[in-house]
Amino acid sequence: MTDASLPENAAASPAHRSLNTVDARTRKRNRAEARFRAYGIAAVATGLVFLVILLGSILFNGVGAFQQTFIKVPVYLDPAKLDKSGERDIEAIKKVSTFGYTPLIQQGLFDVVQAEGIETPLAKPGDMKQMISPSAAAQLRDTVIANPDLIGQTVEFRILASSRVDGYLKDRVFREDVVRDKNIDVEHLDIVDGLVAAGVIAKEFNLSFITGADASESRPEQAGLGVSILGSFFMMLVVLALSLPIGVAASIYLEEFAPQNRFTDLIEVNISNLAAVPSIVFGILGLAVFIQFAHLPQSAPLVGGLTLTLMTLPTIVISTRASLKSVPPSIRDAALGVGASKMQAVFHHVLPMAMPGILTGTIIGLAQALGETAPLLLIGMVGYIATNYPDGFASGFMDPNSAMPAQIFEWAKRADPAYYERAWGGIIILLVFLMTMNIIAIILRRRFERRW
Amino acid sequence: MYDAPSLERNVDQKDIKFSARNVQVYYGDTHAIKDVSVEIEDNTVTAFIGPSGCGKSTFLRCLNRMNDTIDVCRVEGDIRLDGEDIYDKRVDPVQLRAKVGMVFQKPNPFPKSIYDNVAYGPRIHGLARSKAELDEIVETALRRGAIWDEVKDRLDAPGTGLSGGQQQRLCIARAVATAPEVLLMDEPCSALDPIATAQVEELIDELRQSYSVIIVTHSMQQAARVSQKTAFFHLGHLVEFGETGQIFTNPEDERTESYITGRIG
Amino acid sequence: MSDTHIASAFDRDLETIQAQIMKMGGMVEQAILDASTSLETRDEELADKVREGDRAIDALEEQINEEAARTIALRAPTAIDLRLILTVMKIAGNLERIGDYSKNMAKRTTVLAQMTPINGSTVALRRMAREVEKMLRDALDAYIQRDADLARDVVNRDHDIDQMYNALFREFLTFMMEDPRNITPCMHLHFIAKNTERMGDHVTSIAEQVIYLVTGDMPDDVRPKQDRTSIDPAVAPKV
Repeated sequence: MTDASLPENAAASPAHRSLNTVDARTRKRNRAEARFRAYGIAAVATGLVFLVILLGSILFNGVGAFQQTFIKVPVYLDPAKLDKSGERDIEAIKKVSTFGYTPLIQQGLFDVVQAEGIETPLAKPGDMKQMISPSAAAQLRDTVIANPDLIGQTVEFRILASSRVDGYLKDRVFREDVVRDKNIDVEHLDIVDGLVAAGVIAKEFNLSFITGADASESRPEQAGLGVSILGSFFMMLVVLALSLPIGVAASIYLEEFAPQNRFTDLIEVNISNLAAVPSIVFGILGLAVFIQFAHLPQSAPLVGGLTLTLMTLPTIVISTRASLKSVPPSIRDAALGVGASKMQAVFHHVLPMAMPGILTGTIIGLAQALGETAPLLLIGMVGYIATNYPDGFASGFMDPNSAMPAQIFEWAKRADPAYYERAWGGIIILLVFLMTMNIIAIILRRRFERRW
Repeated sequence: MYDAPSLERNVDQKDIKFSARNVQVYYGDTHAIKDVSVEIEDNTVTAFIGPSGCGKSTFLRCLNRMNDTIDVCRVEGDIRLDGEDIYDKRVDPVQLRAKVGMVFQKPNPFPKSIYDNVAYGPRIHGLARSKAELDEIVETALRRGAIWDEVKDRLDAPGTGLSGGQQQRLCIARAVATAPEVLLMDEPCSALDPIATAQVEELIDELRQSYSVIIVTHSMQQAARVSQKTAFFHLGHLVEFGETGQIFTNPEDERTESYITGRIG
Repeated sequence: MSDTHIASAFDRDLETIQAQIMKMGGMVEQAILDASTSLETRDEELADKVREGDRAIDALEEQINEEAARTIALRAPTAIDLRLILTVMKIAGNLERIGDYSKNMAKRTTVLAQMTPINGSTVALRRMAREVEKMLRDALDAYIQRDADLARDVVNRDHDIDQMYNALFREFLTFMMEDPRNITPCMHLHFIAKNTERMGDHVTSIAEQVIYLVTGDMPDDVRPKQDRTSIDPAVAPKV
């Protein structure tokens, strides 16, 4: 009696495999995945290394721009020179130009050198001229006009040293090169050494780098980024005020209300293409439309802002559309079901939900615009020397000005190495602005997202 | 001696709320709803059942003109609410939707506070003249939605922080806040667990005292439990419409019987 | 576990059915009492009342069955709810048969009223009927209170009814052997006794349904079958 059993040729059936043994295929796959992970880590590490190098070099080169050499000089404000009548008449005092103040400063410096007992072959105060920044006289004059009572006293001023002295203290200027330099002599450098030892000359934090106006080629020690910061600020105001409403409104219309036909498809395709157009094309457009056709003032932040608006609009429209699309249709249905009209549904529900995405896109667009130089090229904001603060808020838009990246570019072009250092410093400030804007974007997005 | 309590077989005649006659719906070229005529009574729960794609949801969405949002959809025929044609040119769909509320398949509370969720409808329709009135409307609606006790001390909490069943009851409260006359429900329990489903069904039973409720469901057992009248749709036709007990014990049409007994898909 | 369903309508439906079955039980109890009273007092009016009342009992059974079918279709009951519906249907059937036997008793009473009474028999019959009615009342109480022990007690008491029937069977045989004129009334009385014994069996069946409802198991104890008249020739007295 045989019972039906399986045939003996069970060779076809696989032998019983334990889970604890790993087969070759799995091992190969695991190895491949480990390799991929290694590549990923290597890529990230490479990126980080480059980032560190970049930031490091920026900081290294630019941090020096925030410090400037000042000399503490007690200046005797000689009434004989400054206020001949002795009546402290403002108008009369004003008539004394910087030429009258310069010798006073030189005298003061000479006195300091004598007092500290520094040996020098220079015998006259006038020989020290090249150690002092030409702007120091103007600074002194402004102080005296503000406080005429100071005339007749000896007041200690903190005066700006010349850029060569500054360079010497920052190890940019070397004694060997000075031989060929007509702006400074070796004797001056000896004096500087002595004054440094005496504590009269020192590098101090230079606020006017951030707040001051640009200066001419020969006076790098005076140059500051302040006016162009304002220029950028006004431009960004224009961009924000125009591109956000227009971009969001256009996007809402295209997304919610426009009929689905070929015409709207065409518009959508073109908006996407516009985002990829080289930015200098917008510059040419700005020149043609705003300056030549509309006769707006050249180099004005208003014009710069308008040009950058055109450039930022596609970015904002695209990111807004993506945010609107990401709102689930169930919210729209719910709003319509309760009896809201399409407009109410969009403005009360869809838009607030899309707000984080819209804000992020806007701020990224603004940050991009902040860093653009090429569109400003043709409308005149690049290369413009921004030496004056705007008078008021309204004139801030219309007065010619420069923008931060343009200013940095301008400085980098100049021959004087002191300007080179300032270019790096400007980059640091620009990066700080961009980081701030991105942090604001993140905070705003978090705040809106936390609501739900 | 025990006395049997009176049965709720609503023998007495109710008012007709919705009256549809020869309704056709086209999606582009597809004829989705074919010649449907039905009368929905007030203070009654009417269930639409049928296999997938039979048109029950489509027909439901005609009743509050939600199909208007779909461009390719075309509705013909006569649909009257309290005798007035809802597709008349003079009718504003927004106003219609205040009278005919809708609850959807997946609970979709607004990403706002519970209070704002319920208050939104009355606000945009101007139903409250003061904050106190609005508070009252919100409380009444939340009580009607059988969720007041659970949320009364956290009206400012976000609506999305509730559980699935609570969210759906919140959506029901939101729908009744605009003082509608009819409630349309499109598979309201399909995303809920059995306990939450039972709670919502019990709520629907309470709601029929004040509203006419039309519920689309693909669960026949739910239609059997919750409705007084049932309409069976198949391939765009309304095959049978009658009292629920009768449809489930002895339907007239053999297609209905096949579907209910599970003999066809 | 909560006593009520989340869907309150389900509770209402179940209460309705149970109320109907209790009403039917009450009507049947009254029918038994009235039929046995009319037999003893030879009251023809009362007997007519019982016969009329049976129509209502039949109608109620039909209603209960319809309600039960509807509840199964609409609620898809499970577990204890399912056993409740199933037992209600069975109990309704049993009650209806008891009602029929009462009606039969009342019919024969009308016939017997025309004949000369036979002493002693009707007392025993009345006692037997009262016993059955008490069993029925207890069975219905056990149902309402879900008391399986009471139901088991009812099941056991059936053997008393069977004993009583055996005794009556022998008594009627002696009466018939004594005087041939007694044969017709004794035959009627015998049928009444047999029907009463059958009523007891149906009450037992009701009690078994109660045990099934409460425990989920049908009692598999052999029902005490003491009626040996059909199997044991020794019961019948030798002629």
